Amino acid sequence: MIRKNNLFGLYIHIPFCVQKCRYCDFLSFPAGEDEKADYVTLLCEELEKRSTCFSDHSIATVYVGGGTPSCLSAEQMNRIFEKVKACYRLQEEAEVTVEVNPGTVEGEKLLAYRDMGVNRLSIGLQSTHDSLLKTLGRIHTLEDFLHTYHGARKAGFDNISVDLMSALPGQNKEMLRTTLEQVIALQPEHISCYSLIVEEGTPFYRMRDQMCFPDEEEDREMYEMTGRMLTEAGYRRYEISNYAKEGKTSVHNSSYWKRVPYLGVGLGASSFIEEHRFSNPSSMPEYRQMVAAGLGKDHLQIWKMADPDTVTALSKEDCMEEFMFLGLRMMEGVSEAEFMDCFGESVDRVYGAVLSELVRDKLLVREDGRIFLTGYGIDVSNYVFEKFLF
Amino acid sequence: MIEQSRIRNFCIVAHIDHGKSTLADRIIEQTGLLTSREMQNQVLDNMELERERGITIKSQAVRTIYKAKDGNEYIFNLIDTPGHVDFNYEVSRSLAACDGAILVVDAAQGIEAQTLANVYLALDNDLEVFPVINKIDLPSARPDWVKDEIEDVIGIEAQDAPLISAKNGIGIEDVLEAIVEKVPAPTGDPDAPLQGLIFDSVYDSYKGVIIFIRVMHGRIKKGTKIRMMATGACEEVVEVGYFGAGQFFPCDELSAGMVGYVTASIKNVKDTRVGDTVTDADRPCEEPLPGYKKVNSMVYCGMYPADGAKYPDLRDALEKLQLNDASLNYEPETSIALGFGFRCGFLGLLHLEIIQERLEREYNLDLVTTAPGVVYRVYKTNGEMIELTNPSNLPDPSEIDYMEEPIVSAEIMVTTEFIGPIMQLCQERRGRYLSTDYIESTRAVLKYELPLNEIIYDFFDALKSRSRGYASFDYEMKGYEPSKLVKLDILINKEEVDALSFIVHADSAYERGRRMCEKLKDEIPRHLFEIPIQAAVGGKVIARETVRAMRKDVLAKCYGGDISRKKKLLEKQKEGKKRMRQVGTVEIPQSAFMSVLKLDE
Repeated sequence: MIRKNNLFGLYIHIPFCVQKCRYCDFLSFPAGEDEKADYVTLLCEELEKRSTCFSDHSIATVYVGGGTPSCLSAEQMNRIFEKVKACYRLQEEAEVTVEVNPGTVEGEKLLAYRDMGVNRLSIGLQSTHDSLLKTLGRIHTLEDFLHTYHGARKAGFDNISVDLMSALPGQNKEMLRTTLEQVIALQPEHISCYSLIVEEGTPFYRMRDQMCFPDEEEDREMYEMTGRMLTEAGYRRYEISNYAKEGKTSVHNSSYWKRVPYLGVGLGASSFIEEHRFSNPSSMPEYRQMVAAGLGKDHLQIWKMADPDTVTALSKEDCMEEFMFLGLRMMEGVSEAEFMDCFGESVDRVYGAVLSELVRDKLLVREDGRIFLTGYGIDVSNYVFEKFLF
Repeated sequence: MIEQSRIRNFCIVAHIDHGKSTLADRIIEQTGLLTSREMQNQVLDNMELERERGITIKSQAVRTIYKAKDGNEYIFNLIDTPGHVDFNYEVSRSLAACDGAILVVDAAQGIEAQTLANVYLALDNDLEVFPVINKIDLPSARPDWVKDEIEDVIGIEAQDAPLISAKNGIGIEDVLEAIVEKVPAPTGDPDAPLQGLIFDSVYDSYKGVIIFIRVMHGRIKKGTKIRMMATGACEEVVEVGYFGAGQFFPCDELSAGMVGYVTASIKNVKDTRVGDTVTDADRPCEEPLPGYKKVNSMVYCGMYPADGAKYPDLRDALEKLQLNDASLNYEPETSIALGFGFRCGFLGLLHLEIIQERLEREYNLDLVTTAPGVVYRVYKTNGEMIELTNPSNLPDPSEIDYMEEPIVSAEIMVTTEFIGPIMQLCQERRGRYLSTDYIESTRAVLKYELPLNEIIYDFFDALKSRSRGYASFDYEMKGYEPSKLVKLDILINKEEVDALSFIVHADSAYERGRRMCEKLKDEIPRHLFEIPIQAAVGGKVIARETVRAMRKDVLAKCYGGDISRKKKLLEKQKEGKKRMRQVGTVEIPQSAFMSVLKLDE
């Protein structure tokens, strides 16, 4: 049922964390041991039931995200991976990432991950300043992070990503510089650095008037500095907020921007299958109900089992829009030939006027059959993306 | 045959919120013509909008029967009057249709400026005015103090005023008896030539225009050929009758002293102007009734459909509203920034707001309104005078000899502690101080002459906020005076935006220009380029702000779960831009045109 090479990505959502961070608007919450155990059982059931639709397909990437997946026990994580391996065809060279937070993993758990086939870790650090970590509501210190990081190396992980944040309240350029220097010194294979988005519904949003955020100018300066320092240190920016050493880009995350199909399992997880986007329920009782009832066998059109409110059947126009605004997030941009290949029309025929306007305004560059953002284009990328909507 | 001696034509005079409509309801209820089931909660206030605002926009009338203690049945014609200064003329004509007036005064608050103004209006029309004191059951009620105040300030007897609570139905019987006793029965010769006063008219899609009439002399019935003496319109009467609660009851004829309605297949309320005299075309009266005047629009603004394609809808809606509202004026105009729309004239700012709300609510139109302005007189060097309603039409300064602006006489009633701040406010608004009259030790009436263009914006709000709600205000047109006026232009990215221009006194130009620029700076979204916003007078820039170029509009994260949400965000952003107005290369949100209306605070 999935196109061409029959490859897809698998996302597994673990909605638990030790304590909710103050900027976080993801679906996650602290939970007790019973709740976790119960959830893992549900998750395994969903994995098994869904697998009938994917018997002819192979998993190219697995990403266990959250929340804080590492707050599950090694045994629980193992059950999940056993289920994946039992029910799905996992490509031998598949990238398998687990998000971990400092303070929730140590040597034994890390070794166990290795044994399960996990070959990439994404560690949430955010900042090397304990004061900022406190402001963010993180539960760890720099020391905790270092402990986890070195532990991961010791366990044999050779593909580690570190998550950082910029434009934090109370953070200045110097502080960000220090953080970057300290992280570069560790030489992780991959670094994500996100400029803080104050999302509605978070404690940061409620306190936004009392907090002192860097202004837009400073935010952009931090962004530029991040790009400069990481480039000098041998990392390449390959997406708006992502940097990697040669050959170490996140295959799973890139597949979102390249519109590779993915199946999301777990509470509130979203999927993209055969040009349909849909999500699982985000309340536990509804999710439980769905797993118990809604996943009958032999259903070829998997989105038909999802809550219709969450299903979007993408039209050709929708797909073109996504192709552009997701593809342009990547520094390599989009390929004109691939556009032609996907839609049977040239990108100029569809977006000619928009493209020339954006090139004229120095927001886009067209080169060697590719279209990509300029530096300023990145800064105002929403403005650019919006132009590609019909 | 109805005896004149059994007719009582009266109205209720009160300040907003002092309980006029509630008392009207109680009177209608207790005179028993209607069952309570028929009663809407507030019978007289027909329109939804009126009820929400707690004011009466269009005057209406209702006829009820009261069996008095003397054993006789009396016909009560209760004529409702609008309660706002914008409708002063309508009020005076409604009053002229009455023989007496009930003055409702709030037992806690006492007399307010507006009450005073309406009482004087009633006395001017030779009405017998008697007071009732309402809200007597409030803990803060001070009936004796209020009685004294009425006697001191207005000079009418108040000691035996009924003490009532219209809300709780206390003392209504006393009011009914007082109506019989104190309101004089109408006089007038039923056999004389017809002379009837139009005090209102409404358009009904079945009956055509329905004229609300007080017959002074003579009679009118089906088949009478009538003539409106001022407009000259002639028609044959189709039906006459009187008013139930929100209903029309046909009857055979209306004779001297009676109040009722007349239909005569008239198509437009413009032919039946309030204050005009109806007479018999075949046997006309010698003179029209006094007091008629053609009401002129005092306040003008441009109204544009937010969606240009809705222009015909706006035109149709204005046409329909005008059927019922002869004081609404409009003519097509074109703005470079806003496209096709109408320049509309109103009696005042409240009238403007009401029309705007009705267009939006009843006709589902999304409007962009330009800053309201008054009618200026521009005397040109060639001797010509033009009445300027749209700032964009101001002739070149070299052609202008001088300009005049309308001035009003204002009375502000205020407790003494707020005299200072209120005087300061009037000063800021270029008021000319006339006098302070103490009506008692703690309250005074300040008299000022104020330019109308200084009070049409937010004077009322400012007055309320600087007096903690205690000041009340009333005004009437005084006339035109020469004034140092200039046209303030707004330039966005060096381009003049016609819809933002307005006329202002030279001394306030800088301040207003500065505030306009500040306000617009917040309203105009950042673009890829820097946008200067300038205020200019006669080509000279007097204030400037800058909308800085867009620096950051980026979403740092976009993974699997974010894509649908992100798309919606982009769509919303795009939708917002669609609703903006393009001026040159700048997109201006519609709210920018409106926000400049509220420059204070």
